[in-house]
Amino acid sequence: MTVVTQEAGAPFGAAPPSGDAAIRTRGLTKRFRGGQVAVDTLDLSVPRGSVFGFLGPNGSGKTTTIRMLLGLVTPTAGDYSVLGLPQARALPKVGAVVEGPAFYPYLSGSANLARFDAADPTAPRGTAARRVADALDRVGLSAAAGKRYRNYSLGMRQRLAIAAALLGPRELLVLDEPTNGLDPQGTREVRALVKEIAAEGTTVFVSSHLLAEVEQMCTHAAIMRTGRLVAQGTIASLSAGLAARIRVETPDAAGAARVLAGLGLPDVRAGEREVTAELGGHAPEEVNAALVGEGVAVRGLAVVRPSLEDVFVGLTGEGFDVDG
Amino acid sequence: MSTGDGTTPARTSGAPASGPAQGEGARTATLGPRRTPGLVPVTETMRTAERRPAGPGNEPANGPAERAVPEPARTTAVGAFLRLLGSELGLTFRRPRNLVMLAVLAVVPVIVGVALRLFGSGDGEMGGIVQNVVGNSLMLTFVSFSFLVLLLMPVAVSVVAGDSIAGEAGSGTLRYLLAAPAGRTRLLAVKYLNAALYSYAVTAVVALSALATGLILFPAGDVTLLSGTTISLGEGLLRIAVAVGYVGAAMAALAAVALTLSVFTEVAIGAIAGTMVLVIVCQVLRAIPELSAITPYLLPTRFMDFDAVLRSPIDTAALRDGLLTFGAYIVLSGSIAWARFSGKDITS
Ligand SMILES: Nc1ncnc2c1ncn2[C@@H]1O[C@H](COP(=O)(O)OP(=O)(O)O)[C@@H](O)[C@H]1O
Ligand SMILES: [Mg+2]
Repeated sequence: MTVVTQEAGAPFGAAPPSGDAAIRTRGLTKRFRGGQVAVDTLDLSVPRGSVFGFLGPNGSGKTTTIRMLLGLVTPTAGDYSVLGLPQARALPKVGAVVEGPAFYPYLSGSANLARFDAADPTAPRGTAARRVADALDRVGLSAAAGKRYRNYSLGMRQRLAIAAALLGPRELLVLDEPTNGLDPQGTREVRALVKEIAAEGTTVFVSSHLLAEVEQMCTHAAIMRTGRLVAQGTIASLSAGLAARIRVETPDAAGAARVLAGLGLPDVRAGEREVTAELGGHAPEEVNAALVGEGVAVRGLAVVRPSLEDVFVGLTGEGFDVDG
Repeated sequence: MSTGDGTTPARTSGAPASGPAQGEGARTATLGPRRTPGLVPVTETMRTAERRPAGPGNEPANGPAERAVPEPARTTAVGAFLRLLGSELGLTFRRPRNLVMLAVLAVVPVIVGVALRLFGSGDGEMGGIVQNVVGNSLMLTFVSFSFLVLLLMPVAVSVVAGDSIAGEAGSGTLRYLLAAPAGRTRLLAVKYLNAALYSYAVTAVVALSALATGLILFPAGDVTLLSGTTISLGEGLLRIAVAVGYVGAAMAALAAVALTLSVFTEVAIGAIAGTMVLVIVCQVLRAIPELSAITPYLLPTRFMDFDAVLRSPIDTAALRDGLLTFGAYIVLSGSIAWARFSGKDITS
């Protein structure tokens, strides 16, 4: 395998394919001093306009990948392209939250945003005040604009970080675990905001160690495990490889199992009070009719679609680490 | 791209970016003017204007009636640099810690002046320079410099310059500045200019405080120099200005050293303490006669050479050698800082 190492930030190829991918990496690798391989030959392709969930247990290399995409960390090998532009031109169009909020505690919320706006060489000074006010309004922090950051709650801090990512017109929003430490209400708010931003056509790349969150919020996902990409694609295509299962609750598990096997459903598993099997091409109502026809009492019948967790377990053979 | 190989099942999405996720009716399609009810995107005007070619079926609700964002005079590189520098200066000169240090430095000449006024007028046991102060108001500036330039002024400068990068790294704001993107070279240049300007502020505060105190407590008039020559008050003020320029450059050179240490650590106090240790070690080395060969190359050796302006005529050779040393330190430290910072992994 040939790995082209380039200066960080240079997009690969003479003429990067315009328009199709917001983020693309090829063989992206980061080995930290001390030998720790945080990201291992990562090939990622984030379509424009998608809400892309970057999923993986803690320590799987999500933040390190994001740091490389933002030019904070130099890859050991491989290359990447963000918005198909050289780094200096891409980053002003990228809003980012990396590993939680970080602000000046002695400054107010709006002064903090003005500070980061001043750091962006493309941000027009004349509109700064308005953009800061708009960004604060957007995340519902207008009332706390003049309050010192030191006195913000964790939820407010997280929202201020998102406001900082929305200071300019963005084509790509990179959110690293944006709901970390938020209460359920705050989590819902962030999700609504992400949906709204995505609806405007901004690509959203959101990392998370919470499977359910990605399933609810995203159109696409990539799954990481110990620095390696396990799978990526649309949410639907990710679970497409795993068959939907039918679950029958019945007092007559043995009888139900016989009927399901008779219908030709694969992988019939009988429990005490329930039987599950892969649905195959069968319609659930057809299965139900067969059960009733054979005199098996059906108390409940459900089709269980595979979750991302099943996908992860199916691909790696281990459970998705759900420690906080 | 080789997403389909090995570790990755061949599931790379073939779906176009704008396509709704197949088979997931409930899932939100990614494009289209869909709104979260109740949440009105405030920045919509700007966003839609930016995003013209976003695709078919994506007309902004209010169409072209929305006024185009007035493009204010194009953001120039110089303008943007000055804006970031302004932001940096605003942080530095509004931060209570930095102001307290300036205040302390302003108080020292007052204390020295009052002490000399009260106790210095009697017998001449304290030596010539004290007699000079008592005899002339301008001399207090030089006395104050000689009290402060070896320790207290370096402390103030080290705190600001040593904190500059390490402080931002430690608090995590550095990653957001760089992602903004501030640009590494640009940020380093702004940080250094800021520290250099603070160095001059420190120097000017000492000089102005000493000058004001001197003029209040002691007689103004012709100035008698170390050599016994007398110069006019105007010429004396001019020489103070030269001394301020020289001492400011000395502090700016020290700021370059502190900034360099600041690039190598995420612990601001480490860079600050490290700089102070260097200053003190240099003073110790200067006191060792066997090491006289290297003392001219140590930064603090040159700090006291501002007294060249008290010679008649001004000892320009001493000033020139000092300034060359400062320049060398600035260039060398700056290069090391830049080499490190431009390639550094920001993992804080
Ligand atoms: N600066 C660093 N030096 C050494 N190892 C690191 C550093 N940063 C992260 N790592 C390691 O790299 C791996 C991936 O970390 P990270 O990207 O933060 O994962 P995630 O964001 O998915 O939780 C972890 O094993 C972590 O310990
Ligand atoms: Mg992380």
